[in-house]
Amino acid sequence: MISSEEVKHIAELARIGTKEDERATYSKEVSAILDWMKELQEVDTEGVETANHITGRKNVSREDKGGVFGDEEKLRNLFPERKDSYDKVKSVL
Amino acid sequence: MIKELHLKLISKEISAVQLAEEYLAEIEKKDRDISAYLTVSRELALKQAEAVDEKIGKREKIGILEGIPGAIKDNICVRGLRCTAASKILDNYIAPYDATVVKRLKGEGAVILGKTNLDEFACGSSTENSGYFPTKNPRDLERVPGGSSGGSAAAVAGNEAVFALGTDTGGSIRQPASFCGLVGFKPTYGRVSRFGAMAMGSSLDQIGPITKTVEDTAIVLSAIHGEDLSDATSAESGGKDFSAFLEGEVRGLRIGVVEEYLDGLKPEVRKSMDKVLKWYEEAGAEIKKVKLPYVKYSLPTYYILMPSELSSNLARFDGIRYGGCVNDRENSEVEVSPEERNLLETYLDSRRIGFGKEIKRRIMLGTYALSSGYYDAYYAKAQKVRTLIRKDFEKAFSEVDVIFSPTTPSPAFKFGEKTSDPLEMYLEDIFTVPANIAGIPAISVPAPEVEVANGKRMPIGFQLMGKWFDEETLLRAARAYEISVQK
Repeated sequence: MISSEEVKHIAELARIGTKEDERATYSKEVSAILDWMKELQEVDTEGVETANHITGRKNVSREDKGGVFGDEEKLRNLFPERKDSYDKVKSVL
Repeated sequence: MIKELHLKLISKEISAVQLAEEYLAEIEKKDRDISAYLTVSRELALKQAEAVDEKIGKREKIGILEGIPGAIKDNICVRGLRCTAASKILDNYIAPYDATVVKRLKGEGAVILGKTNLDEFACGSSTENSGYFPTKNPRDLERVPGGSSGGSAAAVAGNEAVFALGTDTGGSIRQPASFCGLVGFKPTYGRVSRFGAMAMGSSLDQIGPITKTVEDTAIVLSAIHGEDLSDATSAESGGKDFSAFLEGEVRGLRIGVVEEYLDGLKPEVRKSMDKVLKWYEEAGAEIKKVKLPYVKYSLPTYYILMPSELSSNLARFDGIRYGGCVNDRENSEVEVSPEERNLLETYLDSRRIGFGKEIKRRIMLGTYALSSGYYDAYYAKAQKVRTLIRKDFEKAFSEVDVIFSPTTPSPAFKFGEKTSDPLEMYLEDIFTVPANIAGIPAISVPAPEVEVANGKRMPIGFQLMGKWFDEETLLRAARAYEISVQK
């Protein structure tokens, strides 16, 4: 069971704001789903490897050469707030 | 259908522009009821069609997909068109590049009619989670078309597109195909490049076709598959013509059946599935019982792995480089002026307002499962159960060539029927999820329709799952059934 407080904390970790009145609902819903996950605890996974590879391909690499996208202006047009060719953001520090 | 249209084009019975106009007119007429499309790209479609007509005019040979109008799910980027993933957070996002599959379709001369509706960021099984509006099932406007590729399925079923592309992470191509009476194909993981598709579950996602026939699916798959340097998980394969593998016998084909799958079905659905199996048996296939003991853990495994990967993939939607950024006072829950707001507050509000409820639920689930102290109990555990599920399939495929199941437990449900409890919606994926977990290819093919109410019949699909990279056997087996039913 995850509490409303935990919901606020987890949501904040994921950078999602939550309002007081919605935390109880999320708490109920997410807890119900987590309960369902408990089924997995009954599976004996002693000595089983985690499934990290699907296709079995390893170390797919290419030459470390840069390319030119060509449509940089299209990317800049997407900035929510723009100043000349810069993306304007809130101060980070 | 694609082949017939192709012949009409090269015999000049119809021009590519006329064909595009016909489909655009259908969209104009029908889409106010069906709501399959989020964006219609009339200008692009006609420009592409004109280019094909020019080639035909010069008596140049044209490929089978040239001039054929299709639709693209709105979580796959088409350069210059809006790409929203049906989320308000991307309401103003215009894709600056083409997804590899789109580039390849364009290279084959296909015509793009528009972008179709989906559950927000592909999270859902009914398209009711779209941040815009729900799409209706063309067969019954009070029922869902399925999800998350509901728009793509509805467009093809409603004759608003000849083919469509969808994405499938837990069944999102196959389930809508089942609900709308179409063929839906999820390739082997790695068969089709995911570059340009907005990632949901990176170890589970695949792009695939939704079409009226198996033949059309083979044609589209041939165009879009193959290794891509921009997708490091794409397999070293390419240049196959899947249409060449459609002819063939099912005599001697070993079809695996899981008893538990069929036992729990509603009687009408069971009857439909039994009819399909009977056809295969009479055609000479061998029906064998198989056991997949760990597959029953597929859903909980999926609902840990997928939200975890989703929470990571959706971290990029922070309102910084693109997408919705909430900086105005009216919508904010924080009581400060835009200038005084700090970065954290911007993130919290942008994502609270931009994302829908289901997305937020899944991100929270994923964040929790990956957080310190819980990682081993949830994510690592699920990854181990995943290995056991894979091994189940490896063992089964040493005894059979394909595995049979219904695609969905029932036909399309009515709007609102499953939205009160998230878990009920998740159970819709019970037959489709295992293929994504194991990475194997799977196809949904229309089975005999079932009665729902008042004598009304609705489509339902049967599913064949195949060995890794053995799309050919699936297509051959599906095509054989399809041809016999068409007679």
